[in-house]
Order: sequence, then C-alpha cells, then structure tokens
Amino acid sequence: MVKEVTKLIHKYLRHDKKFPHVWCPGCGNGVILGALIRAIDRLGLEKDEIVLASGIGCSGRMPVYVDFNTLHATHGRALTFATGIKLAKSSLTVITVMGDGDATAIGGNHFIHAARRNLNITAIIINNQIYGMTGGQSSPTTPYGCYASTATYGHIEHAFSIAELAKTAGASFVGRGTVYHIHLLEKLIKHAIVKRGFSVVEVISNCHIQFGRRNQMEDPVTMLEWMRDHSVTVEKAKDMEAEALKGFFTIGILADVEKPIYTEEYTNIQKRAKLLNPL
Amino acid sequence: MIKVMIGNHAVSYGVMLSRVQVIPAYPITPQTSIVEELSEFCADGHLNARFIKVESEHSAMACCIGASAAGARTFTATSSQGLALMHEMLHWATGARLPIVMANVNRALGPPWNIWNDQTDSLSQRDTGWLQFYCESNQEVLDTVIQSFKISEEVLLPTMLVLDAFFLSHTAEAVDVPDAQDVDRYLPRYQARYRLDVDNPHSFGNLATPEYYQGFRNKIQDDMIRARTVAKKADEDFESIFHRSYGFTEAYQCEGADLILVTSGTVVSTSRIVIDELRKEGRKVGLLKIRMFRPFPFDDVIGALKDAKKVAVLDRAISFGHSGIFAQEIMSAMYNQPSKPLIYSYITGLGGLDVTPRIITDIINDACERDIPPQESIWIGGKS
Repeated sequence: MVKEVTKLIHKYLRHDKKFPHVWCPGCGNGVILGALIRAIDRLGLEKDEIVLASGIGCSGRMPVYVDFNTLHATHGRALTFATGIKLAKSSLTVITVMGDGDATAIGGNHFIHAARRNLNITAIIINNQIYGMTGGQSSPTTPYGCYASTATYGHIEHAFSIAELAKTAGASFVGRGTVYHIHLLEKLIKHAIVKRGFSVVEVISNCHIQFGRRNQMEDPVTMLEWMRDHSVTVEKAKDMEAEALKGFFTIGILADVEKPIYTEEYTNIQKRAKLLNPL
Repeated sequence: MIKVMIGNHAVSYGVMLSRVQVIPAYPITPQTSIVEELSEFCADGHLNARFIKVESEHSAMACCIGASAAGARTFTATSSQGLALMHEMLHWATGARLPIVMANVNRALGPPWNIWNDQTDSLSQRDTGWLQFYCESNQEVLDTVIQSFKISEEVLLPTMLVLDAFFLSHTAEAVDVPDAQDVDRYLPRYQARYRLDVDNPHSFGNLATPEYYQGFRNKIQDDMIRARTVAKKADEDFESIFHRSYGFTEAYQCEGADLILVTSGTVVSTSRIVIDELRKEGRKVGLLKIRMFRPFPFDDVIGALKDAKKVAVLDRAISFGHSGIFAQEIMSAMYNQPSKPLIYSYITGLGGLDVTPRIITDIINDACERDIPPQESIWIGGKS
C-alpha cells in the first residue's frame, strides 16, 4: 500500500527537488494537493497536458511541488495568467489554485470576470479564512467577530461566500468541499476538471496556526471536527428548514449548468464574421 | 525612552508619534509587521486613527489619496510587488499634491520569487515625484518617519522612506523613542491647507489643458527643489529638539580620499568598518552615504566627490541595459564639474545576496586596479 502511494508521489511531485515544503504541520494544503493528484491520476490525464497556475500565499507554493507545467504568478493574478494560457493554447487543461485573499481580495475582480466569461478553466480556491503566509491578517472570508492579526479585538467586516459569489458571477460549475470530507473533495475536483466551462471548487481548509490559534481552534483536529460538525450536504440541506440551517454551510455540488464556453463562442463568431466579410 | 525594536516597529512608533489619522494597508512580506502593530495601536487607542485592511496595494494608495484629500494625515507601508502595483496611484498622489507618507521595505521583484533585500522596487519609482529617503538604522527609520511628515506637509508632496528587508525590518536594535510631547512640538497636529470641505469647496483631479498641465508639473518640480531647503531645516529643527540629525548624505573619511565608495541603506554600516580597516592600512579611501535620493542632493554629492580620483558606486539594483541606478545619478551629477573623478558602477546584493566586508573590499580593490571604468557595470557575486 505504502509503495503504491510512494509511486503516486514520485510520479506527480518534484519530490527530489523541491522538498521539504513550506507548509506547517497539519496544514490543509497537503490534503488538497493529495486530492488534486488523485483526481488527475484517476482521470488518466497526461502530466504534460496540465497547467497548474497559482498566485501568492501558501496556496501559491502548490505548483512548485508538482511535475506539471506550472506557473507561480503574482498575487491575485492566477486567473489572468490562466486566461492568457487558455487563449494561446486552449487544448491544455488549465487549473488554478488560489487562496481566499488571493482570489477574492486582490484578485476579486479577475475572479468574477473569469466566471462571467466562462473560459474552460478550473479554479480551486482554498478558503482558510485568513492571510496565512503573511501572518494572519483578516481576509474577505474572515467571519464577522473572529480574530485576526489586524483584527485583534474582533473583525467588523462581513465575509464573502466564495461559492455563492461564483454562482452569481456565472460559473458553470460550483462545488464546495472541506479538507475533512476528503472523498467528496476528490469527487468535486474531478467533476470540475471534466466540466467544460469555468469551474470553481471552494475548499474549506484549516489554518490552525494563523486562524485557529486566534479563534479557540489551536490544532488541526479541532478545526477538522469543526468542519465535520458545521457542514451539511446539499442533498440533506434540501429537506431542512432555513432556521435549522443557520450556523451550517453546505457542501457538495452547488451549481452545474451548461453554457457555451468562451473559446467555442470565439470560434463561432469568427466563422460568422468570415461569412459576412469574406476575404 | 530606549526600546529594543525591529525596524518595522520603529516605523510603527514613528507613525504613532506623528499622530497619523488614517492608515489603509495590505499585507506583504516583509512589511506586514509595520501595519499589524499599527492596527493594534489603532484598536487599543494608543493612536487615535482609523485603520483599514483593504483588498490590494493599489486600493491602499487610492484610499490614502482619498483620506489625504479629505484632510487627514495619512500613512501606509508596502514592499516590492505591492509598491509596483501602486505605481499608478503614486503618480496620482504627487499630481494631487497630497503629503502622504509611506514606508517601503526594500525587497526584490519577481520572478523568480524572492522576499529578500534589494532596491529595485523603490528605485524604479524614481520618477513618480515622491521624495525618497534611504535609512541605515532603526533609529534613523523612526526619526525619518517624523521628519517625512514635516517635509511633505510643507511642500505638499508625498514621501517614501525606505528600509532594507530583514537587515532592518526584522532586526532588533536599541531605539530612542522620542517623547510624544516633543514630537507634538516638532510636528503639530495636521491642518491641511487644501482639503475637501463643504464650506470651502475644492476640486481635485480635474482636466487641465496643455498650458496648465505643464504649469502644474513645473510647480511640482519647483517644490521638489524647495524640498531640499525644507528638508535641511526639518533636520536642523529635529536636531535642536532630539539631538540627532542625518543630513542628505554623510561623508565618512572622505577628506583626502583618492577613492570614495558610494552606497546607501545598511551596506553603509558594513562599509564603514571596511573603510576603517583600509585606513588603518594607510589606504586613502572614504565613504559617501546617500540618504536622500529625491530630491537629489547635488551640492552634497559634488562637494564630497569632486576632489577624489575615483568613485566606486555600489548598487543593490540595476537598470537593465544601462547600469546601477545610483551610479547613473552620481555620473550625471558630476558630469558638468570641471574636476571630476572616474566613476565605477558595481552591482551586488541583489535578491538579498549578503554584501560582506569581503565583497566591499573586493569592490574597492577592483576600482583601484582598473585604470578606466568599463562602460558596463561590474557584477560581484551571484551564480548563473
């Protein structure tokens, strides 16, 4: 068993070059990287056909560790770099991995427009509710009243729901998972990669170092248990009253719609233009 | 009161003592602990100011512009990519004549990613119309924050004070924290001369026809030049109260020196030791520290360098396709002088590469040995 796992690791990770990694012991990022690799392995995708692009923060380190085509871009711009890649070479499977601050603060504008434009890109957004790498500043998903290094007496702003934002902005596929619900997470990532259109997987993850320790959840297990105890599957939530759902978040597939993707629309409009204005 | 503090917290204390009123900020390594400390000062009432963590550095500077236009004393801090992202707003702050003060922790730009010290980030903002001060110690950092507000509010131009990543930002030193009452005497509460005011309406950012546009630009330059006189007085006034002053440059052992090394930031401290050692060996070498970069201190630089035979400029930055940025500035300052030294450009210390006494000695020896400076900069250290 261990041997199989090692084979998988050696196949996909730059294990002899880029390790040890920078993530703290117990960080959810490793769980997400594992789910991503298993999803890709089970889909049978070729490593060279995949691009993994990231921005800045702890999530930004993920492409450094994997043996795909990788791009560690600037803060908030993973999706803009990915947009360029997709326009230049649309046959590539382009996956971006971003954090909550990365995707919804400095890169918030790009996030909603990528969703609206519907390029065939997969966006994995790791939501640990804090800026982890820079030391625990409040992010757009830090819950109201929680503590951060820039909110030492409680956060007075209200949080975004990343998945709801993606739905409203027009993403074709939106899923929400957690690092506790590992099988679901792998399934959602697989679904998002296969889906033609802009696909978002929001992953609720644990930063017990920067978020947990300031918010009475000092170790990863407590944070994982919090995820277990505060999540409800989409299927179960359907039969629950709004009142009963208060304090819970839903996990599973939140949106899955069919609409033409940008690159197809582009080809179609070129054809139409050529018919109207022959050379 | 003497306190042991890292350079970043020296910035925060300087800001607190300057009674800043609005601080918009975005986290970036290695700046973040400046604004973290400030957010705490704001929350617990040590500083009566509003702190907001915005969604990007571009937003942080835009928010500073709004706050300053509304008449508040305004501060932010950033580094590297964050400063680059602010670029558009830096020009705006100058054009709008807003006396914003910002600390920039010098950090290399990517790619490849690197969080360590070099000066390319701030030097590539040279032409934005911000005053720039390069600090050597945590004490100088704290004092320069206070002086920056004094100067900026007089000339109505923004100021960027610069400190080295990690060598200052995260290194603790003993810092004499001035008394709040003394700082109040030096820097009274801010009264904006022009601000958004419903009783006396002003308009910021209108369209100007070419004649007026050029006229406004000319005024910026006039006030940049005036900033030299203002900064000199601000430094002298500072000395009369706090018994410390820094000048625009500092000439160390330059009397009778055949070769003068020119540099800035923490490399100056290491260079002093090297100069002392070489002087003991009987070598005629000196050191010129550049503290104020904009406005450029022509008289000080020319005065210090004109009698030397050779000048070696150590740059922690490069203007690709030309040479070290400080080197270019020194060359242009000396060009019209009747007697001038040969000027050598050295590039080292990029991306945090340690500038050791050995490297500095090598630079001095290299410049001594070469009869004529090569057209291209000389690179010291680093792997290809």
